[in-house]
Amino acid sequence: MLNTPESKSSLASHHTERFPWKGIIGYIMSIILTAFSMWIVLGHVAQYGTALFIILGLAVLQIFVQLFMFMHVTESDDGPPWQVLGLLAGLLFVATIVGMSMWIMTFNGQAS
Amino acid sequence: MAAIVEYAPGNVPEHDPRPLEYTNKDDSLKIFGFWIFLATDMILFGTLFATFVVLRTHVATGPSGQQLFDIQGFIEETFILLTSSFTGGMATFFMRRGSVRGTVGWLLVTAVLGASFVSLEITEFLHYIALGATMQTSAFLSAFYTLVGTHGAHVSLGIVWMLAIVIQLLRYGITAATARKVFVVNLYWHFLDVVWVFIFTVVYLTGVIK
Repeated sequence: MLNTPESKSSLASHHTERFPWKGIIGYIMSIILTAFSMWIVLGHVAQYGTALFIILGLAVLQIFVQLFMFMHVTESDDGPPWQVLGLLAGLLFVATIVGMSMWIMTFNGQAS
Repeated sequence: MAAIVEYAPGNVPEHDPRPLEYTNKDDSLKIFGFWIFLATDMILFGTLFATFVVLRTHVATGPSGQQLFDIQGFIEETFILLTSSFTGGMATFFMRRGSVRGTVGWLLVTAVLGASFVSLEITEFLHYIALGATMQTSAFLSAFYTLVGTHGAHVSLGIVWMLAIVIQLLRYGITAATARKVFVVNLYWHFLDVVWVFIFTVVYLTGVIK
């Protein structure tokens, strides 16, 4: 039975969703996360460094909301979802570009 | 290794549990290819974020984000785009249920929300320019318009793309090919939502922290 499509992936469970629970939960989560970071900044509830740390963390959580609730990131037709490796490589490049740029440009506080 | 099961378009058996866009190897590969494009587009935005972050305090004689940003404006833009990401997800949901009407309807709602986002952004830019804060004013503003404008250009392209897919859905119905297109355009749309969340956080909110 190995060759039947049924044995290949977990797509069946995604396919048969009768009510868009994932989408609705994802939408509510994205609204809550956004409202929370707005409250942190506009309500002046934390100091600059703390506020920055919290809102960046909330933005990272939003990546996961979109990936898992809307983008079906775990899906593939056959075998593992290789796109995750591509995304991780992209993320590594982005972290390197942003992190190293900030590091070198703020070194000794000469710039920025 | 299991052999890959393929069907001719429009000839997918009822028992196949996979979504239509995955029933054909060619379409599955295109979906994978689009994920790789998103990874590279992420790097494009990464370079623009890096530029913005190192230049954001270089305001020269122009205004800072604190002085310039219209808080109500960027909050409206954010909630419109978050909502459009949800409506795009609904289009994928109805596509997978085989409903042309549902898919087309939600895609149109998404495109309208996208258009109102873009028009708000254009209004915002024109307002800033009227205040004398142009792209040439300071390094901060050059980086700001480049980063936010590149995102806005992506959203504008996404609207045109979505409308093109709506036309194809109306002409051909939901086939493996149109299902794949609906899936992929929504991947693009959700990706742009994530990029906006970071613009909202790094550019706007960080700009107005007191």
